Amino acid sequence: MSEMAMHGAHPPGFKHQFEDMEQQREAGSLGMWVFLVTEIMFFGGLFATYIIYRTLYLTAFEEGSRLLNVKFGAANTAVLIGSSLTMALAIHAAQAGKKKSEQVMYLVLTMILGALFLFLKFNYEWRADYHEHLIPGFGFIIRPEWGAAGTHVPLYFCFYFFMTGLHAMHMIIGFGILGTLTVMAQRNRFNSEYYAPLEVSGLYWHFVDIVWIFLFPLLYLIGGRFALPGVH
Amino acid sequence: MPGQEIPAESRVNYLNASYGVKSWLLTTDHKRIALLYLGSITLMFFVGGFFAVMMRLHLIEPQGALVAPETYNKLFTMHGVIMVFFFLVPSIPATLGNFLVPMMIGARDLAFPRLNLLSWYIYIIGAAFTLYAVISGGVDTGWTFYTPYSSTFSHTSVIPTALGVFITGFSSILTGLNFVVTIHKMRAPGLTWFRLPLFIWAMYATSIIFILGTPVIAITLFLLGLERLLHIGIFDPAIGGDPILFQHMFWFYSHPAVYIMILPGMGVMSELITCFSRKRIFGYTFVAFSSLAIAIISFLVWGHHMFVTGQSIYAGLIFSVLSFLVAIPSAVKVFNWTATLYKGSISYDAPMLYALGFIGLFTMGGLTGLFLASLATDVHLSGTYFIVAHFHYIMVGGAVMAYLGGIHFWWPKITGRMYPDGWARFAALVIFVGFNLTFFPQFVLGYLGMPRRYAVYPGEFQVLNVMSSAGASILGIGYLIPLIYLLWSIRYGPIAGPNPWGAKGLEWETPSPPPTENFEEIPVVTQDAYDYANVGGSRV
Repeated sequence: MSEMAMHGAHPPGFKHQFEDMEQQREAGSLGMWVFLVTEIMFFGGLFATYIIYRTLYLTAFEEGSRLLNVKFGAANTAVLIGSSLTMALAIHAAQAGKKKSEQVMYLVLTMILGALFLFLKFNYEWRADYHEHLIPGFGFIIRPEWGAAGTHVPLYFCFYFFMTGLHAMHMIIGFGILGTLTVMAQRNRFNSEYYAPLEVSGLYWHFVDIVWIFLFPLLYLIGGRFALPGVH
Repeated sequence: MPGQEIPAESRVNYLNASYGVKSWLLTTDHKRIALLYLGSITLMFFVGGFFAVMMRLHLIEPQGALVAPETYNKLFTMHGVIMVFFFLVPSIPATLGNFLVPMMIGARDLAFPRLNLLSWYIYIIGAAFTLYAVISGGVDTGWTFYTPYSSTFSHTSVIPTALGVFITGFSSILTGLNFVVTIHKMRAPGLTWFRLPLFIWAMYATSIIFILGTPVIAITLFLLGLERLLHIGIFDPAIGGDPILFQHMFWFYSHPAVYIMILPGMGVMSELITCFSRKRIFGYTFVAFSSLAIAIISFLVWGHHMFVTGQSIYAGLIFSVLSFLVAIPSAVKVFNWTATLYKGSISYDAPMLYALGFIGLFTMGGLTGLFLASLATDVHLSGTYFIVAHFHYIMVGGAVMAYLGGIHFWWPKITGRMYPDGWARFAALVIFVGFNLTFFPQFVLGYLGMPRRYAVYPGEFQVLNVMSSAGASILGIGYLIPLIYLLWSIRYGPIAGPNPWGAKGLEWETPSPPPTENFEEIPVVTQDAYDYANVGGSRV
């Protein structure tokens, strides 16, 4: 556009509406933080509803929680924390002016770990849930051993699938972002002067991880399986 | 306007910088996006207005003059959904806000121009879903989508409508995000927070509500849709769900949304009152902080919609007190505008007529709100036409009057043309008269016990209903007049010049219509807002 020409030479990635690179970087960073606030409110509504129903139907929620596979949940927690590390290393690589191959390597590693998470979640956990008739709306069967609590176990699984599904959707969006960043890194767009897109996307990726850090105990660990003796 | 040397056509501005449909649909210029919004919002306003006209026609006779009761349910639902989510919420922020925020703070554009365009497309997709719902048979749940009726029993297009509202919410979120970042990071040199025009403070407060409130309605409607599709018992009491929880979550957004609708109007008011009384605003900091106070308190009052749902009486008491509190910053604004008028050199141009109308109507709407915030009177008035009249005094008498006042005030800046002043004043008067004739009788109807949302009513209410319907016809004509002369003025109106009102503010220091980059050079601000002291009483 002609506006670009009016302001003369600027570093690559500079947007015409800003005065300088510093202002652009600050705006991008603040924008992402504000976006994350909206995300907190978005997930917050879901968490609040979860807490209300968990308080109302504690036994049913515990019955449901016991049917989840903690091993996969724990493994996925480790996988996601690992992906946060590789994301941070990718940003650091750009900040420290490392070669583009290093940036690309860390970004690709982040994507691989993210894919591993989704693979474990969909292919093992959700598939098993389907075969065990635990997906509400898709042939859910209420089991006699749940007793009186049984009517509300589907509600627990609703929350389980809403919350993990919404989280997975955020990860898939994160994939798109990481893919774009990888292409940009491959084209040598990032250096120690300009790495704002990496930094801002990193915030998003860490946020998605943190959501999981809350989801894991709330969904997997409430069944009293790990309670100390004598403590419920 | 006399004294204009360079005709607008000979100069490159944002309107003639490029031509063609593509240059509009792919624009990232905040001013063009504002016009895209203006067009789509005006369309939705007249669609929503059409449903209102149908309702008022129907209610001319006690047994209903026009449609079947089921159709009537759909009329008031579609009227509410379209007017609230597709007109009132985006009205001032997405049009005037989009156009003015960068100009008032001396920036070349919003911080994220492409995000801004995206938010318009999201709005259009949401609107398309909702209009599809209208065509596919309509919705009859009321704009509040109360469960379990909406989730289990209604046989109408609840999901497309809810999806439309859900999607449109993201357009509000992105607009709010863009404004917050822009106001924080892109103010011109010297433009400190307390030199900002109060319109910017109002936009900032509105954006906070967009950011904190809209995600919650999104997740609520998401849950409603899933409940309706899968019948899993989140809101259905028959299988352990809690329908009242839906109301809590709905009003957690939708009460603050009331302030999304009125706060921008209050921002416009501060600009109009100061300009047309040629005075500094009385108590700048109070007006600025009252906007923030309204935004914050608005999140703590949702329970006053639920006094009769059987919520705890102690919760009711607290919500009642908090609702009274929100009246304080609102009253601060009204008193400060009135004090600004005192000894001002007042001129009665069309925008000022809307502003003066706003003060009266908003005060009426606000004071009747206190009747509804008191537990005892609310039990009597809840679910009656008193409520309908109350929120229309705020939403139509307040928000729409301010919106039209703002459109008339900044029209010469937006288009570079003046509209016929006589017609504009006449229309403002017609709207004021029509509005009061429509909605004042509804206060009486509600007090006498006529419930809202009913397609039929006892014969003794007919006189008041006919008055209301007559008023609605006048109001409808009042809205059509500006549509005609504003469109006419784009082509035939006299050239306005950069500052036809002699107003203060950075947006008046650039040519009309402004160039694409807004300012040839980013201005340096050395004065407080509304520095009318050295203008004197004379008009430019």
